[in-house]
Amino acid sequence: MDILTQYAYIVSAALFIYGLKQLSSPATARRGNAISSLGMLIAIVATLVGQDIVDFQWIAIGIVIGGIIGGTAARMVQMTKMPEMVALFNGFGGMASLLVGWAAFAFRPDVGTFTLVTIILSILIGGVTFTGSMIAYGKLSERISSAALLFSGQQVVNSLIVLGIVGSSIMFCLEPSSGGWLFWVIGLSLLFGVMVVIPIGGADMPVVISLLNSYSGLAACAAGFAVDNNILIVAGALVGASGIILTQVMCKAMNRSLTNVLFSGFGSGKVETSKVEGEIKPIIAEDAFYILEAASTVAIVPGYGMAVAQAQHVVKELAELLEKNGAEVSFGIHPVAGRMPGHMNVLLAEADVPYDQLLEMDEINPRMENVDVAIVIGANDVVNPAARENESSPIYGMPVINVDHARTVFVLKRSMASGFAGIENPLFYKENTRMLFGDAKESIAGLVREFS
Amino acid sequence: MIPVEVFLTFILMLSIFLGFELINKVPATLHTPLMSGANAISGVTVVGAISLAGSGQQDLANWLGAAAVALATINVVGGYLVTDRMLAMFKKKGS
Repeated sequence: MDILTQYAYIVSAALFIYGLKQLSSPATARRGNAISSLGMLIAIVATLVGQDIVDFQWIAIGIVIGGIIGGTAARMVQMTKMPEMVALFNGFGGMASLLVGWAAFAFRPDVGTFTLVTIILSILIGGVTFTGSMIAYGKLSERISSAALLFSGQQVVNSLIVLGIVGSSIMFCLEPSSGGWLFWVIGLSLLFGVMVVIPIGGADMPVVISLLNSYSGLAACAAGFAVDNNILIVAGALVGASGIILTQVMCKAMNRSLTNVLFSGFGSGKVETSKVEGEIKPIIAEDAFYILEAASTVAIVPGYGMAVAQAQHVVKELAELLEKNGAEVSFGIHPVAGRMPGHMNVLLAEADVPYDQLLEMDEINPRMENVDVAIVIGANDVVNPAARENESSPIYGMPVINVDHARTVFVLKRSMASGFAGIENPLFYKENTRMLFGDAKESIAGLVREFS
Repeated sequence: MIPVEVFLTFILMLSIFLGFELINKVPATLHTPLMSGANAISGVTVVGAISLAGSGQQDLANWLGAAAVALATINVVGGYLVTDRMLAMFKKKGS
């Protein structure tokens, strides 16, 4: 490969790294993203002017088609739909690596065993990432049921698929010239991607898309080995590390191991029977208003329900009114609130809530004792005190936002149906809890009307 | 002369450790833009795809490469643009 192209890749890698470093603060993050994109542009241009390229026609067609689709998607997507978009993009990244691995073999079949192994890896990881992401997309967008799908013999079937993948991969590396084994690896990888994601329920999607994010990077990494390209390896490894860290953060926030998330089928038909003491105390907007009017500190804890109801803008409106009324308003964000890491933060940023008003769980919990009113909007499991108090609860040990420590808790909820994981929530029965039933957006708008 | 595999594996090892160091410093509030930004960076596969799509031979490798160029470009263009759109919304109090 052209030596100048190689030097350009060094510049690109430096820009990727510097761009990611700028992501350590919201104040510099946007510039970081621009720097990273400049690195990408340099890498692409350097490859295009490199000596290997003799025909630009198909490259141009690919770039134009991809650019139009990507550009349109980026402009049109609603912020509530970001998990779906990231899932789709994970899948595209995986498929691109699969195709590069396959093309590398078709282009130059007489390579050494090391390269054959990396070709297989890029096809395998890429294939699993592609179909896994498509299933994750289907579940997130509710195109398919988001419930965990378990059937008897699932482990046996999965083990057979793994054996098949290992067997056909070995055969391919031993006899690359008999083309058939390659197609077995491709087919089985795609099947395996489906099988690993179907037993995972909707509430565990933050973990799954983080993990698939990581895989899309690792696939790019493997493709880098397959075509001897070091910028793919550097960039792929950065993405792989990022996804792994996010996966760990998500698992820790649910107090569960990755194995448990991937294989247990959490929330599939498990109904808990433990009785909760106390009674439900509903409240109407007018009474809620009087309590809020007297409050001097208010903590708002949003969950996926806020995204579903598209309530972020009225929530911001309410927060402003409360501040005008002299109250100190903060937002408590649980790491797994929403369907992807950081989902709530983006929605609130979209509604113009300043980021210094968004507090992480560990920041807001010590302050909870001094909070007059905690408002829970469409969150359930992440504020469930059973995680602290009830050892028999499936979520016992999970770190939660202790809204029940506030003087008064308002829970905005559609009805008394239990949360995503089907776990009873004793918060609703606590002495200091008031339930404000109805659509989250409507309920908040009701409170806003009371203020004006 | 060090074999190219060893050289590439060396790069991989260093990049993984660097990645962990960098990403651990990203605050939770930016985790969604981090993921979409990671989508964009993983689109770097486009670089590998370009050399295969531009070989000038009208063969299987060429078609597969061209398809990979399109898919990876979706990630690059879509990923960077949507990340920029999101990051533009993050504002400090009073600004």
